[in-house]
Amino acid sequence: MTVASETTAGSMRDWPIVFPPPYEGSRIPKRVPTILDVPPALVGSDDILRINFGPNHPSTHGVLRLILDLDGEQVVGLNAVIGYLHTGFEKTMEQKTWWKCVTYPERIDYVGYQNAELVFVLAVEQLLSLEVPEKATWMRMLLCELNRIHSHLVFLATSALELGAISMFWYCFRERETILDLYEMVTGARMHTRYFQVGGLAEDIPDGFYDECRKFVEWMPHALDDYLALLDRNAIWLERTKGVGKLSADDAIALGQSGPNLRASGVDWDLRRDQPYLAYEQVDFRVPVYAGGDVYDRYRVRMDEMAESTRIVDQCLRRLERLQGRPWIADDRKVVLPPREELHTSMESLIHHFKLVTEGFRVPEGEIYVAIESPRGESGCYLVSDGGPKPWRVHFRAPSFAALEATATCTHHALIADLIAIVGSLDAVMGDTDR
Amino acid sequence: MNYRDLPGFVSVKEAFGETTVTIEREQIREACARAREDGFTFLADIVTTDYLGWGDKGVSGYIGSAAGRDLNHPSTQGYQALPQLKPKRFSLSYHLLAMEQPARRVRLQCWLDEGDPVQSVVGVWPTADWHEREQFDLMGVVFDGHPNLERLLMPEDWEGHPLRKDYPIGGEPVRFSDAE
Repeated sequence: MTVASETTAGSMRDWPIVFPPPYEGSRIPKRVPTILDVPPALVGSDDILRINFGPNHPSTHGVLRLILDLDGEQVVGLNAVIGYLHTGFEKTMEQKTWWKCVTYPERIDYVGYQNAELVFVLAVEQLLSLEVPEKATWMRMLLCELNRIHSHLVFLATSALELGAISMFWYCFRERETILDLYEMVTGARMHTRYFQVGGLAEDIPDGFYDECRKFVEWMPHALDDYLALLDRNAIWLERTKGVGKLSADDAIALGQSGPNLRASGVDWDLRRDQPYLAYEQVDFRVPVYAGGDVYDRYRVRMDEMAESTRIVDQCLRRLERLQGRPWIADDRKVVLPPREELHTSMESLIHHFKLVTEGFRVPEGEIYVAIESPRGESGCYLVSDGGPKPWRVHFRAPSFAALEATATCTHHALIADLIAIVGSLDAVMGDTDR
Repeated sequence: MNYRDLPGFVSVKEAFGETTVTIEREQIREACARAREDGFTFLADIVTTDYLGWGDKGVSGYIGSAAGRDLNHPSTQGYQALPQLKPKRFSLSYHLLAMEQPARRVRLQCWLDEGDPVQSVVGVWPTADWHEREQFDLMGVVFDGHPNLERLLMPEDWEGHPLRKDYPIGGEPVRFSDAE
């Protein structure tokens, strides 16, 4: 316990807690919103068994630790403990120049890496008031949607695996592999690509990518049919997911849930449609919404989203094919590296290159919060610049962080076996949670 | 919504397409509760910024700072223009979202010095629980009335608040729990 928290201990008690929130039927725990307390009747009872679930447990998707109070098989108390993967990304990024920082966000949310990279790049571009070429915008959308499919595949594979559907894992990772191959073709890396630069893309799109990507777009609906055939009429899967881990719409909003978790609770909200960034207002897609708020609906939302993302990728491909030969990065020499071939002949380009690589570009003074719809929900990036070549403050609004806050609410009197399904369905990435 | 009606309203600023409303520190909870009633049902984020040493590098060129220019270290050459001074050391920002068509976003901001308590908004948005604990943990902002204000990301016996500007980087002793 630290000094600072001791000073607050006295003032904590006389605070008028206004729980429950001003709506009926909230299941959010009354004392602390993220801690499920053992019911008073059971406190001190010999029947209560307190166990540590994690932080090293294969079904917690990383290093999530849950302190559970069990009454038989029923979870009557829960406290989620995070921070085991805290690596101080925000502090590290304050020490790096803006253009070196681009590598960090994708390591924070290491499953939705391309979206994490996008939100940082968009925030810097907004501070710079930098215009990005059309081709870069559409390619960013394409890669982000591929990344969304990738992320949902990892979700589907692992949460089905945890409930015993081992073959799902192999099917999902088959398509995931195809996506990673596409990434490797474009960016040279399977994950953590650093393909988005401030101003556009790092390199042009290689020849043959469109054909390979189109093959994937044509195949993906069949793959989705495979998954549905394996799971959607599987009695065990339905039994384990339907009606489990319920979260109401009001509770979901109050707990800051976003993305698929929010849409599975019946809230029709998607930043791609409701606060469009990139060129999402120019593509046609549906926002799947389910009202049950249980594990099954969270799975259905993600299944439908994969189909919609495939459609978006298809539309991006059509658009990109018409943009062959167009610039892929902005032509602002104060921010963007000059083309490699110019360095041999142009003194000015050489100076720009040297200045950008050693000192980095300067970003105007100001603060900004940019939010995008990552595979896990509202992923936000808050930047403060003092006008220098390094960020003054970087902060990420991590959707997984908020998602795990709902663990206690969803686990109301669930069985311990259901807890596995619930934690899996919230789809938290621990790197994102702990940063 | 007229931001001037918020309790404790100080000023409102538009920059980079965003609205920042500055609120008196003592009334941040009332302001948040009012904003929530007004449709800002979604609290996206709570974030603290430490402005210790803000603008201390001085401007580049012949007018250097007291410490002078250090040409051996790139990116220490100072600013092109001095950044605007900040009223206090820490800024505390609440990023709010109203789920409407079109979406509305606003940043409520208050300023505080070290040790100044801020009222907790856990009662307004339950999601603030972890966000406030994180800011307490990493920045040392004390939230009055938080039901469970403990460290969240750092180990519970950690000393100091790592995201503060006066927290040293590098050279931290690595402790092994078994080696007494």
